[in-house]
Amino acid sequence: MENVIIAGSGPAGLTAAIYTARSGLKPLVLSGFIPGGQLTVSEAVANYPGFFEPISGQELMTRFRKQAERFGVRFKAKAIKNVTKTENALEVDMGSEKIETKALIIATGAQARRLQIPSEPKFYGRGISGCAVCDGSFFCDKHVLVIGGGDKAMQDAVLLTKFANKVTIVHRRDYLRASAIEIEKAKNNSKIEWLIPWIVQKILGKDTVAGVILKNTETEDVRELNCEGIFVAIGHDPKTEAFKDLVKIDENGFILVEPGSTRTSMSGIFACGDVCDPVYKQAAVAVGQGCMAALDLEKYLQKEK
Amino acid sequence: MLDTNIKQLETEEDVKKVITENENVMICCGRMGPMCIPVYGIMEELKKSFSHVKFHAQSFDIPGAMFIKKIPECSSFRGLPFTVYFKNGEVVAATTSIQTKEQVIEILEQKFKA
Repeated sequence: MENVIIAGSGPAGLTAAIYTARSGLKPLVLSGFIPGGQLTVSEAVANYPGFFEPISGQELMTRFRKQAERFGVRFKAKAIKNVTKTENALEVDMGSEKIETKALIIATGAQARRLQIPSEPKFYGRGISGCAVCDGSFFCDKHVLVIGGGDKAMQDAVLLTKFANKVTIVHRRDYLRASAIEIEKAKNNSKIEWLIPWIVQKILGKDTVAGVILKNTETEDVRELNCEGIFVAIGHDPKTEAFKDLVKIDENGFILVEPGSTRTSMSGIFACGDVCDPVYKQAAVAVGQGCMAALDLEKYLQKEK
Repeated sequence: MLDTNIKQLETEEDVKKVITENENVMICCGRMGPMCIPVYGIMEELKKSFSHVKFHAQSFDIPGAMFIKKIPECSSFRGLPFTVYFKNGEVVAATTSIQTKEQVIEILEQKFKA
């Protein structure tokens, strides 16, 4: 039986892994579908303390993982399908394999939202992307849209100006959630144009994206706009599907934890990072919560002895 | 070079050799990015259960990747990785961007019946 299984390999999960490994608990990390989590699609992380120069999200998460491996953390490229509470343990079902563990840390993070319009799935990978770092180079000298108003949308727009001849930010509200510094960078970029407050109603094209139908959310005006690429950065939803019948979850899918701790409604199960954070959603916060989860779990295992 | 245990193809000749010498071949052409790494992981996981399929990876940024990039089925692709399935040297399926294990298994079972 494992002492602790950590579901997720983003900043929260890997911090919990480092701390529990250093406590001699020999954690097993289930790294999930996208190892490293959401941060891996960030071209440059400029607000993570200790890094004077911006660092790519991929590189930052590689360093987290190497640090965890140095302390003996084991990894499996699996995701949890279901967890069952047995008399003395938790049975973690990964579909092809089941493992028993004394305790579980849920750090599965969140997954990128899609536009949820009928024409979207057909064009995914054919003009629609959720990763500007990965797919930006396919749009050299093209016009692309970035959908969203947060930091990720601003960063993606600025990054895409390295490839595209024009980038239009489309945002549904008349204000932006992004930090002032990211908005300023986008506003100072002459290749970036703005369509606020507009939403995408329909995506046009035969095999690849050729344009969109947009609607103004205030005036209800409708217009057609030619573009070859659409980068979606409209936020994330917590990844709690496998745990919704196990621990208490709020109406938006976030796992509920006791205030000031990482304890969930189920004894022996802890949650940290974006999976239980509807407010901050920052790597630095996730790291702090990962540390808390490891310490809470250690106390729990000592009591259970 | 990609950081994966899947055997990598370097040149166009390597690709041609693999697809002509093997009945069932899956080649994932990408980078070490968040959309590609999961697909290499899925391939590693499925290697044992699909022993009649040859699994290969290729870096998208080397000249040898031109063979995959020029395949007509990939002409509309704008998302990494490009994953192409060959049967007796012919393209039988191709996908763009990240795929789930279920999506990969569906193609392998449909196109490469054991």
